Amino acid sequence: MSNVLEVKNLTMNFGGIKALDRVSLEIKRNQIVALIGPNGAGKTTLFNCLTGIYTPTAGDIIVHPPQGKSRRINGMKINQITELGLARTFQNIRLFGGMTVLENVMIGRHCRTKSGIAGAIFLPKSTRGEENDIVNQSYSILEYIGLTKYVNDLARNLPYGAQRRLEIARALACDPQLLLLDEPAAGMNPQETRELEGLIVRLRKERHLSILLIDHDMKLVMNLAQKIFVLDYGEEIARGTPQEIASNPVVIKAYLGVETDAEIN
Amino acid sequence: MKFAEELKKSFFIASWFILLTFPIMVIQVNTIENIVIWRWHNIILIGLGSFAFSFCWQIFLNKKSSTKLIAPAGLSPLNRLMNEPRLYRPALIIIGLAALIFPFVFSHYQINIMTTALIYVMLGLGLNIEVGLAGLLDLGYVAFYAVGAYSYALLNYHFGLGFWTALPVGALLAAIFGILIGFPVLRLRGDYLAIVTLAFAEIIRLVLENWNAFSFGPSGISNIPRPGFFGRNLTPEQSAIYMYFLLILLCLLTIFIIHRLQHSRIGRAWVALREDELACQAMGIDKTKAKLTAFALGATWAGMAGVIFAAKTTFINPASFTFLESAMILSIVVLGGMGSIAGVIIAALALILLPEYLRVFSDYRMILFGAALIMMMIFRPQGILADMRKKYEFHKTEDSRTIKRDVL
Amino acid sequence: MNYFWDLFLGGITRGSIYALIALGYTMVYGILELINFAHGEIYMIGAFTALIAASLLTMQGLSGPAVLVLATVVAVLYAAAYGFTVEKIAYKPLRQAPRLSPLISAIGMSIFLQNYVMLAQTSDFLPFPNLLQNVELPAFLNTWIAPAEFMIILTAASLMLGLTLILKFTKMGKAMRAVAQDRTMAMLLGVNVNRIISRTFIVGSVLAAIGGVLIASHVGRINFYIGFGAGIKAFTAAVLGGIGSIPGAMLGGLVLGLTESFATGYISSDYENVFAFALLILILILKPEGILGRSSQQKV
Ligand SMILES: Nc1ncnc2c1ncn2[C@@H]1O[C@H](COP(=O)(O)OP(=O)(O)OP(=O)(O)O)[C@@H](O)[C@H]1O
Ligand SMILES: [Mg+2]
Repeated sequence: MSNVLEVKNLTMNFGGIKALDRVSLEIKRNQIVALIGPNGAGKTTLFNCLTGIYTPTAGDIIVHPPQGKSRRINGMKINQITELGLARTFQNIRLFGGMTVLENVMIGRHCRTKSGIAGAIFLPKSTRGEENDIVNQSYSILEYIGLTKYVNDLARNLPYGAQRRLEIARALACDPQLLLLDEPAAGMNPQETRELEGLIVRLRKERHLSILLIDHDMKLVMNLAQKIFVLDYGEEIARGTPQEIASNPVVIKAYLGVETDAEIN
Repeated sequence: MKFAEELKKSFFIASWFILLTFPIMVIQVNTIENIVIWRWHNIILIGLGSFAFSFCWQIFLNKKSSTKLIAPAGLSPLNRLMNEPRLYRPALIIIGLAALIFPFVFSHYQINIMTTALIYVMLGLGLNIEVGLAGLLDLGYVAFYAVGAYSYALLNYHFGLGFWTALPVGALLAAIFGILIGFPVLRLRGDYLAIVTLAFAEIIRLVLENWNAFSFGPSGISNIPRPGFFGRNLTPEQSAIYMYFLLILLCLLTIFIIHRLQHSRIGRAWVALREDELACQAMGIDKTKAKLTAFALGATWAGMAGVIFAAKTTFINPASFTFLESAMILSIVVLGGMGSIAGVIIAALALILLPEYLRVFSDYRMILFGAALIMMMIFRPQGILADMRKKYEFHKTEDSRTIKRDVL
Repeated sequence: MNYFWDLFLGGITRGSIYALIALGYTMVYGILELINFAHGEIYMIGAFTALIAASLLTMQGLSGPAVLVLATVVAVLYAAAYGFTVEKIAYKPLRQAPRLSPLISAIGMSIFLQNYVMLAQTSDFLPFPNLLQNVELPAFLNTWIAPAEFMIILTAASLMLGLTLILKFTKMGKAMRAVAQDRTMAMLLGVNVNRIISRTFIVGSVLAAIGGVLIASHVGRINFYIGFGAGIKAFTAAVLGGIGSIPGAMLGGLVLGLTESFATGYISSDYENVFAFALLILILILKPEGILGRSSQQKV
């Protein structure tokens, strides 16, 4: 299996703070990879580097699109990276609150469509067709995620769990090959988390997506991930299968913060 | 109990305001003749006014915070009326007919006022693209208006360009200005953008005022021709009627175009940009491009309005293009409801016509605008007519869905 | 050389006033991320109350430094009260609102205050008594600097020093810095954020009022509109130095004052304001974080 994304020695400094320190990881096609670590470990920062929101201080981020040649995306504009097939959700939900649920998803179609101002004003057949497609595709994504009952509601009026799922729906509309989910289960009740787990499995199976997942819910992570990377203070401290990670003393120490004599290098 | 407390609080606040406004409201010094005028009656006015005001203020704030969770995003009765085809269709027909017969019923003077108001409708709708849709707070909108007006005036003065040629040229020049200004500043954060556009507009005004060789300075340019009617010259009365209908047509065109834009891919991108710039980019929208188109389109309308303004008044000078003008257009957009076409039209007509017909309003116009901006932000940020999002209805057919448009 | 020196002094004088007003912008921005558009109006109201107080006092037969001091005290008290009230009315209800709302409210407040003074007082320019004239300077200074300029620079410098000390060492200053850095955190640690915000407005208004009195008596006339220009210029100074940074505002004020002074002196006096605005635009385009501001990435 080939990689969709490779990260090599990624470093991100904020003034004095090293939020990421020579982090390397790779994600294979159609694989679910999890990124875990204590609060402030640098997980979200890594997402921000991958999606162009921050320009990393050093290192390489290389995307391998399914067709076409590999691209180093450091310093590229956020929207260009989305076009290359990386779409994300935000840890602190950032929906377009004043727009309807359907419109939120329709925005995701923006970079896959192209009618411009003249099209908008004169509404030629091509624009009408495109607009129709946008609506229909967005609606079927909502069906897929199970949000159809909210179609015309303003995003800001949605219950919390639905907002998290709408974030995913919106990202899906961008037609990504790699989906980056930043704590999608945060604030969800067990029932919702279970549904989310099912959804993520389906996304991989039915939509053939690769997924990079951040979450603090260990059960969710262990159930879903084929591979886990652990960050602490911006450094990778472990990687491996869920079983390996669960029994790794370094990881346990990082999470519990206990001093153990047996420090493993 | 609670009532008594509120009364007490209002009383306290009223005393505070009496104290606060004392030197400005009560004392008036004349340093030349060395006399002081004490206007004690103002104390009573301020006291009663702020008492009532603070009382209402508290009631409204309480109401606002208690209903916030339940109310379905503050639909005004006006909004609901607009959603009822049986009501708004006849209303539209009546308004249309009234607009048609207006110039034949009312005097020359009234027609001119109405034409001015229509110019502001255009300006409001144009600025609405920038502020209301794309969330770009442009405090220097008047600069583009000035570009349009001076384009026509100068091109006509030097090259004898006619109104109909100048109209697209002025619009284009304003758009180019919009892009030139927009390009460097659009990457700035929202509030910086506000100040930079303000600074730009002031620079343009100051240049117009001081560069006599180019713009004839503060004395301005006069004898700008009114638009001809298929080569014929019109009397001022005919011309006024002509201008009036011209503006009605242009406003209709504006409404049509903006309505189409609003519900297009580009329009949605603007609104998303207004809602959350970063998420918008993360969804694959090119921020710079989206902002630049909004800015340039907004400028285009100001440019057109500028050409028309110059043709209508036949005289322009830099004094017509001050910050207060920008503030007034901004008030129109904010009061009307950001992003709402009908709201902006109502607000433009109200803000321009009320001061003309009610003298009280004309004296206190700006102070009321200021107060209204604050009140609107606190109590009704969505404006008198909230921007309604388009709704879709989906019906299952065999395997595909049909779309039904519901609300405009 | 003499011309140069005059321009230099003029620039520093102006600059220190810009700096005084800029401090209000920078402190408020540091805490609320809000351009307090009405700040220039507070300065104008300060100048107006001083004018009224000074005229009343002069008519009572007082003269000299006593008038200056008393008028300044009145101006400071009133400006502080206005700053406090403005925040309570126009900004406090909008703490949770989208970013543009408080800014629009601030613009509304600015327009309101301007017109309030215009309607209640006058739209004409009023002559402002030159209160700084009677100050006597030692002979060795007198050849170099006019008393008024000396007083302005001295007052501004000592106020800025005072502010720096307050922010560094007092409890209130520390709380202010804490709120500026992380409002939620400061609140969790028991800082009364609303009170700190109010005090920030009060401190900013006090500085602006003193600036207002100084410049009004230097220039010799005021009207309701002086706050607009001074406000934008002071804001320019704040941005120039790096908005949110206290030393930045001081430096920015001086740089702006000097630029204006030299540009009007050597290029053209017609375009006095154009230079300031052009400088603002250039800075924002070339170095939006300002001279002393740190470029920070928005946390996501
Ligand atoms: N824009 C920024 N400027 C300065 N420091 C930042 C910035 N963004 C993140 N940091 C710092 O980088 C470190 C890592 O933060 P990050 O948000 O990536 O953590 P995280 O692993 O996502 O934590 P959590 O599980 O709480 O979401 C933190 O110390 C944070 O304060
Ligand atoms: Mg995080």
